[in-house]
Amino acid sequence: MKSSKFFFVAAAFVLLALWPLMAGQYGVDLVTKIMVFAIFALSLELLVGSTGLVCFGQAAFFGIGAYATVLLTPQDGAPSLLWLLPACVLAAALYALLVGALSLRTKGVYFIMVTLAFAQMAYYVVHDTPLGGGTDGIYLMAKPVVLGTLLDLDKPMAFYGFTLACLTAVFGFLTLLLRSRFGRALAGIRVNEQRMRATGFSTYPYKLAAFVISGGMAGLAGFLFAVKDGFVNPELISWHLSGEVLIMIILGGLGHLRGALIGAFAFALLQEFFKSEAIFGEFAKHWHLGLGLSIIACVALLPRGLVGVPEQVITRLRGRSGRVRDDSVVEVSHESV
Amino acid sequence: MDLTTFLIQCLNALQYGLLLFLVASGLTLIFGIMGVINLAHGSFYMIGAYMAYALAPIVGGTFSGGFFATLAVGLVLAVLLGYVLEWAFFSFLYERDHLQQVLMTYGLILVFEELRSLLVGDDVHGVQAPDFLAGTLPLGELMTYPVYRLFISGVCLVLALAMYFVFTRTRLGMMIRAGSANREMVQSLGIDIKFLYRVVFAAGVAIAVFAGMIAAPVSSVYPGMGNTVLIICFVVVVIGGIGSIRGALLAALLIGVVDTFGKVLLPQASGVLVYVLMALILLVKPDGLFKAG
Repeated sequence: MKSSKFFFVAAAFVLLALWPLMAGQYGVDLVTKIMVFAIFALSLELLVGSTGLVCFGQAAFFGIGAYATVLLTPQDGAPSLLWLLPACVLAAALYALLVGALSLRTKGVYFIMVTLAFAQMAYYVVHDTPLGGGTDGIYLMAKPVVLGTLLDLDKPMAFYGFTLACLTAVFGFLTLLLRSRFGRALAGIRVNEQRMRATGFSTYPYKLAAFVISGGMAGLAGFLFAVKDGFVNPELISWHLSGEVLIMIILGGLGHLRGALIGAFAFALLQEFFKSEAIFGEFAKHWHLGLGLSIIACVALLPRGLVGVPEQVITRLRGRSGRVRDDSVVEVSHESV
Repeated sequence: MDLTTFLIQCLNALQYGLLLFLVASGLTLIFGIMGVINLAHGSFYMIGAYMAYALAPIVGGTFSGGFFATLAVGLVLAVLLGYVLEWAFFSFLYERDHLQQVLMTYGLILVFEELRSLLVGDDVHGVQAPDFLAGTLPLGELMTYPVYRLFISGVCLVLALAMYFVFTRTRLGMMIRAGSANREMVQSLGIDIKFLYRVVFAAGVAIAVFAGMIAAPVSSVYPGMGNTVLIICFVVVVIGGIGSIRGALLAALLIGVVDTFGKVLLPQASGVLVYVLMALILLVKPDGLFKAG
């Protein structure tokens, strides 16, 4: 099973690298957007899937990364990527430090709500003050450049490559992180925080570190989003977006990094499918209906997300002996709230 | 702020707070008793408001003309809706974890919003209060106050008291409280817990729909109104302590005051104030003001 996972991830990244050769402009643009959301989903997976902290305010860090990109870009001339990117990631990570330090005092449903509350605060700050340009949002003056004009992020292909590089880096970093001692500690916290404390771990700093890393990654996704669209608005911090990214990782399957990847693609493709006028004609503007119904169907039929589908099929084929596997899932599953 | 404004804002805060309590009580009941996080609860409020707009012409001409008929028909439909929803969707969610509940009820939000869009469109509508509740009433020498807002406060207060009575003094309330504490034990005592849950859920839906209907003339009817209410109701439930009706009442009134006076005194920051309040309370009491049993 282990080698098949590796094969899947490697194949996915090879396919992403080859995609611009096969697809037209629309396809490249769509997959760029999905990869940005995949980074965003991975950032949340670190909290929800790996640490068991259900954060309902992840869009705040995404939005702050995006707003920082636009606000830090000078009026005259393009900024260098080399300082703009770290600055935006840092801005998001700093807000995550503040939010995490306070909200990690609470647990369960309360934690969900406090993170949501902090995201709403950020939302109202950009929505109601002159800083964020109100409901209309603000435009990006100039796209950042790398080492002179070596990499022109204004070109779709160059931006595609840059986004893919970021996604690969984030995925690789998280893979290593979760295998490290730190990652093991997070897994321990997810399964049983009480027991971790009893064995002498002070769990708070671990959770806070995970929160800050996750916030920074969401900030990176926000940066990419702002550069891609050249435009930010308060929607980027809205609780709908926090909900959507949560749905991506649940849809994909919690507890697996590739679940976040699969979820981001599945969610975006579902969206595109139901939005398509070629298929649904006039009805396409009611695409939320189809999306909503398919989400409900997924919950009903795929309790372990899309990642769990192969195993579910195997279980079904094996018949009764599969029951044993089902029990083992209960043991591993964490107290998510 | 002079005395008259202050008193009027106090009454506004009371009205808003009581209405919030009504919606939030269903949310906290369904969470406290069945352990289900229902994101679609705000949609029931929206459905109520749209009933006041779209159902009234069918039932009694206008909302103001056929007021009681519309309320009655709306309530019956709401109970039916709650019963069917519980049977079709929510009864499967009791055993699932909270994340899956969030996911499925988020799907329901999308479905309700789009059905609303398909059936009655995306326009903003105003709804007229009934004639006998229109106009203003002089209160003392200082001020006059809209009768309809007083009516809302009165109805909410009566419902809150009725709910309190049902919970603490009746056999049904006793079964519900017992059911929330230990499902298996109640079942083995011969009580049909499935039916009990269905009744509680239908009641929660009906209360939210009712709140939406009576709020329509004050708040107007617009797409997405359910989500706005939902988030504020979550704040109410969390500040009050999950599952606690008493806590929900206190928290709703508190938020009514903070929101209403915030809009007058600090219009720039009014959106943030409620969340600042929540963060402060949770920092001092991480489990809310009244943690239920």
